[in-house]
Amino acid sequence: MTTESPSVPSPAPALEMRGITKRYPGVVANDHIDLDVRPGEIHALLGENGAGKTTLMNILYGLARPDEGEILLDGTPVRISGPSDAIARGISMVHQHFMLVPVLTVAENILLGEETMAGPVFIDQNEARKRIRELGKRFHFEIDPDAKVGTLSVGWQQRVEILKALYRQAQILVLDEPTAVLTPQETEEIFAVLRRLAAEGHSIVFISHKLYEVLEIADRITVIRRGKVVGTRLPAETNEDDLAELMVGREVQLTVDRGDSHPADVVIRLEGLKVADDRGSEVVRSVDLEVRAGEILGIAGVAGNGQDELVEALVGLRRPTAGKITLDGRDVTGKGPRHMNEAGVAFVPADRQRFGLVLTFDVADNLVLTSYYRSPYARGILRNESAIEAAAKKTVAAFDIRTPSVRARLSTLSGGNQQKVVVGREFDRTLSLLILDQPTRGLDVGSIEFIHRRTIEQRDAGTAILLVSAELDEVLELSDRIAVMYRGRVVAILDGRTADKNEVGLLMATGGRERAPAAALDQAST
Amino acid sequence: MTAKPAAQTAKGRSVARRVWSVVALPLVSILLALIVGAVIILGSELVIPGQAFDPLLPARAYIALLEGAIGLPPALNPLVSTLVATAPLVLGGLSVAFGFKSGLFNIGAQGQFLMGAIGAVAAAIAVSGQPSIVAIPVAVAGGMLAGAIWGFIPGILKALSGAHEVVTTIMLNYVAISLFAWIVAGPLAVPGAPSPITPDVGNAAYPILIGRGGHLGLLVALAAVGIVAWLLYRTTFGFEVRTAGANPDAARYAGMRPRVLIVVTMSICGLLAGLAGAGDVLGTQHHVTSSYGTTVGFDSIAVALLGRSNPVGVLFAALLFGAMRSGASLMQISAGIPAQLVDVLQATILLFLVATPVIQRLFSLRGTKTGIDAPGTFTKTYVSGEPTVG
Repeated sequence: MTTESPSVPSPAPALEMRGITKRYPGVVANDHIDLDVRPGEIHALLGENGAGKTTLMNILYGLARPDEGEILLDGTPVRISGPSDAIARGISMVHQHFMLVPVLTVAENILLGEETMAGPVFIDQNEARKRIRELGKRFHFEIDPDAKVGTLSVGWQQRVEILKALYRQAQILVLDEPTAVLTPQETEEIFAVLRRLAAEGHSIVFISHKLYEVLEIADRITVIRRGKVVGTRLPAETNEDDLAELMVGREVQLTVDRGDSHPADVVIRLEGLKVADDRGSEVVRSVDLEVRAGEILGIAGVAGNGQDELVEALVGLRRPTAGKITLDGRDVTGKGPRHMNEAGVAFVPADRQRFGLVLTFDVADNLVLTSYYRSPYARGILRNESAIEAAAKKTVAAFDIRTPSVRARLSTLSGGNQQKVVVGREFDRTLSLLILDQPTRGLDVGSIEFIHRRTIEQRDAGTAILLVSAELDEVLELSDRIAVMYRGRVVAILDGRTADKNEVGLLMATGGRERAPAAALDQAST
Repeated sequence: MTAKPAAQTAKGRSVARRVWSVVALPLVSILLALIVGAVIILGSELVIPGQAFDPLLPARAYIALLEGAIGLPPALNPLVSTLVATAPLVLGGLSVAFGFKSGLFNIGAQGQFLMGAIGAVAAAIAVSGQPSIVAIPVAVAGGMLAGAIWGFIPGILKALSGAHEVVTTIMLNYVAISLFAWIVAGPLAVPGAPSPITPDVGNAAYPILIGRGGHLGLLVALAAVGIVAWLLYRTTFGFEVRTAGANPDAARYAGMRPRVLIVVTMSICGLLAGLAGAGDVLGTQHHVTSSYGTTVGFDSIAVALLGRSNPVGVLFAALLFGAMRSGASLMQISAGIPAQLVDVLQATILLFLVATPVIQRLFSLRGTKTGIDAPGTFTKTYVSGEPTVG
């Protein structure tokens, strides 16, 4: 029954979960899961989407109640009644989907919830700001405590989430996909932070799908598949292939066989494109790019260097302030999303829950989100329910979307399956340009493999593909050419097959060798 | 394969649970409001001297309310008068609910109602010589058009300048009240009348179909429920409205035109409230005076909230409010409880509805939402102004 590791002498676990079982209608999300985390240990929890990791952590955080099993902290059985109880017991969680209030500042978000804790009636905001600055400095992400969270990029929001946990001086820190939006350098910095925390005696549960990361950071790795623990490994005794197989239950091809590309005519051309962000400051500063049919152009860059705004301008969600966009030889500068969609441009947005999906709608309605008004999904002004449903069933089967039915509410699907809904909708027609913004963020290896394979298929079918990803490995693996974006400019275009990871990483961080690294610092807070 | 029947009962249970998750909150709110009303009645007995304390007075009051609303035993005339009170609330409730569905908070139903009423009277007077078959449609169209214009204005203001519809519709309510009074006293006034009054709507009056005062407007309201439901759930336009309401960013991404949607949606909101006003004058009042007092437009907000913005839910919520309005006078006569208690009940229901998280916690009504979504729900609630994100 026990999954004792042979080689490490065991101090009393800081956290022990015994026989945790949680059933939802139709599924057993957690099936007698045992997990123990020792003081000062970084314990990785590995598993596909829907394997039950999030449920397990929600139980730990008091958001869900287990049907069976018990939780012990420092050897004492406890009942965790809710998040505030969990926080009071020194458990803090960094969520996969950020739980931040966009209209509040960084400091206010970090203090959110504090006001209900025992303590003085008034919160000393200045003291809080000071502490936030200190924490930021200590862990190498200096952040303006007064910046509104809504104006921060996804990457910076992630850091606010981490700061929030650190601010609460958690003893047990649960990180759900913490590095999903970080560059390799930033990931290293976060890892250094985690190691320092562990050395100070904190226990860390590190949830990830990234095998190499888990191997690098974890002291022990527990793999979950379909609600059950299928194995516990020490990094020294395992490798990526072993973990992937354990996780998926079959052999997985970790890298796609991309084959040769056959670039043809230029599909989209950007000339001197300038785009402003919501606050009106120019974040894309004169970009010239072209993508040909049958090639994948990857854009590498640290989150917040103008990629999001560039992509939004390309799909018509944001009006460029200057420059020209030409699609298939026609000027489409300033055209709206409907026009671009009909011109054969498909878009998988980075923030799928904000742009790509309506969570309260069912799967079928989400699959026709951009085509609902066209035949056969509409007859005149009337919706054609049977056509919508039939098409949905086809897409659900073709893209292996795991859902009880096409009429199931989208919010009941796992993150990976939600993304497959977006991908299924956008890939499932003839395209001239496909724009992928963080297409595999937060997905498990099985889904990543699937989406990568589909992307290569689209390329070989003659679609021009623009790939934006904070996942440098993904850019390197898929791209025929790589454009590095830094502070709103394309600072280099490299050949995807010969590009070196460290070189690209350096370009992402500094914008080019001729620039002094110190120049990056003044940019850090914008 | 023994799992199949189990799966079926589980499915049946999940349907029951879904229905429960929709109706539980309104039902609990109504029940709590009745309790609060009872406490208020008992409390008023204590503070008003010279009366013997009657612990059963709340029960007597509620029974009288019920008797006034449907009759004891149920009889045709009280039922019909409840329906007559319900009809404008259905249309007004649909107006507000339609706005909610697209993420707009139409507080202007009151002004749109008044414009609809005066518009219907004006159109009816314009075709006063015509037979009913012509006069009724013209008068109804006049009411709908006037209401739609009163919805169009805040719609276009929001689309062009981003002016928030809550602010503009509230202000337009005041404009409507003044404009209404001026039209009644000026252009449409019967010359020489002792106080401002319009001529009778004549042939444009809705025919009586059932009982005492059961006019055509009842059918109009019922039809509107079907049409609005059809519009929302069966047409591509309804899909756009619901998408814009559920996730405006996704609507933009999908190429829907949010500005056009706002203008059209607000106009439809106004049209529905205008139809409510038209129904009241053509069916019941037959003319208006400058003292034409009504709170239908405001009650409609409560109806839409109680009905959870669902057309059928609105129908039931309007029935409840209509019954309370209609039963109030008998309660006042036979139990001696002021009819204003009904206002208290309505307001209390609304307060409990708006306090959704509190109620949910008190009665552990989790609904279909998991705890994980809770913080998002709160922000969404706050932003869209609709506390019942179903």
